[in-house]
Amino acid sequence: MKVPYSWLTSYCDPGLSAEEVGETLSMHSIELERISHVGAPSSEGFVVGRVLSAEPHPNADRLRVCEVETGEGARTIVCGASNVAAGQTVAVVTPGARMPGGEKLKRAKLRGVESDGMILSEQELGIGDDHEGIMVLDPGPEPGTPLAEVLAVAEPVIELEPTSNRVDCFGVYGVARELHAVTAAELAPPPWDGDAEATGEGTVDDYASVTVEVPKLCPRFSARVFTEVEIGPSPPWLKSRLTAAGMRPINNVVDITNYVMLMTAQPLHAFDLDEVRGGGIIVRTAREGETMTTLDGTERSFDADTVLVCDRDGPTGIAGIMGGLVSEVSESTTRVLLEVATWNGVNILRTSRKLGLRTDASNRNEKQLHPELALRAQRIASRLLVELCGARMVPGTIDAAAEIPGPRRVRLRGGRAERLLGLAIPFADQVAYLRRLDFEVEPDGDDLEATGPFHRHYDVTREADLIEEVGRIHGYAEHLPATLPAATARGGRLSREQHLRRRAEDLARDLGFDGIVTLSLTDPGQPGRLRIGDDDPRAATIRISNPLSIDHSALRTTLLGGLLDVARYNLAHGARRVALYESGRACLREGEPLGEGTLGGSFAGLRPAPAFEPWRLACLASGPLPGAGWRGEAAEPDFYSLKGALEGVAAGLGCAVEVVPGGQPFLSPGRAGRVLVDGAEAGWVGEIHPLVCRAWDLDSAAAFEIDLAPVVEASRSGSEQYEDVISFPAVEQDIAVVVADEVEAAQIRALVAEAGGELLRSIAVFDLYRGEQVGEGRKSLALRLEFRAADRTLTDEEVAAVRERIERELAERLGGSLRG
Amino acid sequence: MTERIDSLRDEARAAIAAAPDTGELERLRVHYLGRKSELTSILRGIADLDPAERGPVGSAANRARQELEAELEAREAELEASELERSLAAGAIDVTMPGAPPAPSAAQSLLVRTQREIEDVFVGLGYRVMEGPEVELDYYNFTALNHPPGHPARMAQDTFYVDPETLAPGLEIDGLAPGPEDVVLRTHTSPMQVRSMESQGPPIMIVCPGRCYRSDPFDATHSPVFHQVEGLAVGEHITLADLKGTLDEFARAIFGPERETRFRPGFFPFTEPSVEVDVSCFGCGGTGKLADGSRDPLCKGVGWIEILGSGMVDPNVFGFVRENGYDPERVQGFAFGMGIERIAMLKHAIPDLRKFFENDVRVLRQFR
Repeated sequence: MKVPYSWLTSYCDPGLSAEEVGETLSMHSIELERISHVGAPSSEGFVVGRVLSAEPHPNADRLRVCEVETGEGARTIVCGASNVAAGQTVAVVTPGARMPGGEKLKRAKLRGVESDGMILSEQELGIGDDHEGIMVLDPGPEPGTPLAEVLAVAEPVIELEPTSNRVDCFGVYGVARELHAVTAAELAPPPWDGDAEATGEGTVDDYASVTVEVPKLCPRFSARVFTEVEIGPSPPWLKSRLTAAGMRPINNVVDITNYVMLMTAQPLHAFDLDEVRGGGIIVRTAREGETMTTLDGTERSFDADTVLVCDRDGPTGIAGIMGGLVSEVSESTTRVLLEVATWNGVNILRTSRKLGLRTDASNRNEKQLHPELALRAQRIASRLLVELCGARMVPGTIDAAAEIPGPRRVRLRGGRAERLLGLAIPFADQVAYLRRLDFEVEPDGDDLEATGPFHRHYDVTREADLIEEVGRIHGYAEHLPATLPAATARGGRLSREQHLRRRAEDLARDLGFDGIVTLSLTDPGQPGRLRIGDDDPRAATIRISNPLSIDHSALRTTLLGGLLDVARYNLAHGARRVALYESGRACLREGEPLGEGTLGGSFAGLRPAPAFEPWRLACLASGPLPGAGWRGEAAEPDFYSLKGALEGVAAGLGCAVEVVPGGQPFLSPGRAGRVLVDGAEAGWVGEIHPLVCRAWDLDSAAAFEIDLAPVVEASRSGSEQYEDVISFPAVEQDIAVVVADEVEAAQIRALVAEAGGELLRSIAVFDLYRGEQVGEGRKSLALRLEFRAADRTLTDEEVAAVRERIERELAERLGGSLRG
Repeated sequence: MTERIDSLRDEARAAIAAAPDTGELERLRVHYLGRKSELTSILRGIADLDPAERGPVGSAANRARQELEAELEAREAELEASELERSLAAGAIDVTMPGAPPAPSAAQSLLVRTQREIEDVFVGLGYRVMEGPEVELDYYNFTALNHPPGHPARMAQDTFYVDPETLAPGLEIDGLAPGPEDVVLRTHTSPMQVRSMESQGPPIMIVCPGRCYRSDPFDATHSPVFHQVEGLAVGEHITLADLKGTLDEFARAIFGPERETRFRPGFFPFTEPSVEVDVSCFGCGGTGKLADGSRDPLCKGVGWIEILGSGMVDPNVFGFVRENGYDPERVQGFAFGMGIERIAMLKHAIPDLRKFFENDVRVLRQFR
């Protein structure tokens, strides 16, 4: 909303600069976007002049030598315009002033005659295209009057961003009212006081009729008729205000409708009555696919929710948004039908969005105007049409209106403002602020009753709304104290799962994986590129019905895709290796929450979440693992390095994970495992399938992805209890188990653990050997066993007995033996 | 005979002191104290001496032997120490070579880190952290936040709607199959206001971090995916002034001890009054000018930077949880929502929001 400073201060002038006005409004009512400028850098040197004489130039046919009175005596000005004539009131710029382009005007000799200034055309002031003729002003102002009092010569423009609940501030007078409320500077009487005199023939019903078929969508449609309208350019002052407010002058009738809208926030529309076929207006919804060409020359087609303003033959305007080309006011127009209507804001917003057509009118109509405002705008526009277009107003106003909402009374109880704001505002001030905002206020003991003005009807409906009004006008920045809530609710802390999630993330980081955050929106083809089959739930992505692009139209069902994307990006941008982790939610159509916590997808609230969103942690490495330096190359990441990282994270969380053989479509067969926690599925680990690597331009990669809920659930962190391991120290013994190649390490561990009984406290694999010493088809697994009893130091005999039992069981059940 | 012993001892002492290395020292030990040495043969021959001479000669020889043994030991320790020094010096390495990498060091995401910093500030102020779903019901995202159907603010939010065909078969919302606008990707973390109040009566003080989605095309300050932290504090006496004090604490914890906040009027459908919150600029200290007098580009010369939107919870929002103890006549409180990316961008001078999702490791590693 561009508010020309001089226009605003013509209604309310607190004696502040444009910057100060902007700052004041920003702190109390409407956010300031910026202060801009139109016209010359300064209005100094621009004055009103009267042409005393205009004689032919002695040495040039096209030039005139004029004597112009500018208040301090006549000055000689050489002028090239053909329309200059004695008696005209004109705009003069004197030597030394800066022109709108910034250059300084100099005294110049034109064909031998010195010109002491310049008479301005509209183009030079940026308010019109006419540079042939000089601009002729209305005869009122005395010569020597600063031009800025007549026209926006060097105009600061206060650009505001009113919020959507304050449609009244989309009008300059509304902004002036705010300025009045904040500063208490006097506010000019409302511009809608007073109406035009109706001098036309007959009554309005003789000329036109209005039928509203959809009163819910069009609560009010008012119309007046004007005859003998003389279409022409608007006077300079009007052009100048429109231009400063960012609108292009078109002709006097259209300019008047725009001007009144900019003043009051109420949009208006002028029809050429002779182009309204049948002379009658019908407001109805469109037939599906109905079309019309709008004023901008575009043919548009409508759906059944669009409200159209029609005549006998079809649409002649889109309600509240833009008029139709067919009834446009043109140079030949002599009779005007002036529409000022109130529309259903929601409907206007929907239509405007659907058509992709936002106009100054739709921007205001969509915010819901009160029907009472329509007649105010009719009065102002009628006066201007009579004054500036020589029109005759036909008596009467067509007013097709549904029931008009009456004034709203809201009570503000004593002490309530202070209770909500924590800020005491004197009662008398509260009353004064509301009155300055145009509320009728009746004090009632400690309470007050406020009756809202129509322009705040939909915005101020409750006590809290009144409290906001008195609070902001009083001023938060100046008066609001800074306190803390007196009593806190329950004591603040992170939950156990939040703590452990942070630890899991830090463990992944400390194991060498850089933390990333990727877009959780992906393309629906990603599961396919990950070789995930159609029957896999991870292929059934949740889709956005109105995506920005297909690339970001589906929610991720695994974190792997994002990790692969980022790996590819970094390797393509010079990184030799990447090790990455991400911690976040996957979104699946279906699934039972994993436990009670939010990590497993159980959320607060009476209505369950519509999707299944488990929190996951995933790590991926491609290229040499971290740890390489100048002393040697680090290994390429493989199954075991990622399994090690997984075990490192799990161990750091005080939880044991088990990995058993089991594939994933995106993992290499035979180099993939399922992750189990307490026997339940918790994720996967493995080497990425070469075809998936190829799809992401990677040589090789390995990764894991786990659900954090079961890991956190199984974590013993925080519940560990002291155990005496000092008094009776452990005895270590190494054994080498020789078994057939196909026997899994997990089988050996399980057997050793069982045979070892309760004295055996830990088993660690420290070597794997295949070769001639153990024979073809066999392998030797070296285990370090830790034996310990709680109540005695173990003897060699006791340990030897356990070892014998292990040896026996190995031979019997796995066909194995102990070596050495 | 004792003279001979004395001279032997003196000779040996001089030789030991002059021995250049442990090898020579060993030779001297054999020469002066070995089985074939003169001192040993003197001791062996004592029995053959005059009885009167045996005592003095025996004690002199033994004393000389002990003395020499001590000398040898001392000299040996001395020589070993210097030989160790020499061999250590010979094995010197190039200390300017880089160290071997210790345990790997990687970066924590700046977004994760900033989110934690924000959480920690509020945990210290007595808040708990709650989380909600990213795929959310229109009810929580809009309706219960006082955006009735058709409300302009709904449309202003550039919502991503979820295609109901891609939700669980048989899913029902309030007993009906979901319609085309019933399920959204949450446009803010505010749905947690009503979810949390449904699960817990007053008083309540929570912050809710999380991912949000809007159909904003990528540019320097917009992304279709971004992160927010919601705050909610409701009790019987929680005021707008309490919001100011709380946000002052927040601003000081995140942006520095001298910071303060400033409230301007704003508008959100789910708060009334609503305020926009600025923090005094940490680039220029609030003056709008840099040390050299030029305009501070961070705050554009204003001295204040907008950081979040907030306000007092609208009574209509309480109306949706009245049954759970939130009678708008009795309880009141504030809510706020801030963008985590925006906070991190301001604090760490990140020029473009897209940097967060690009995940270039060269950038990631600037933040630990």
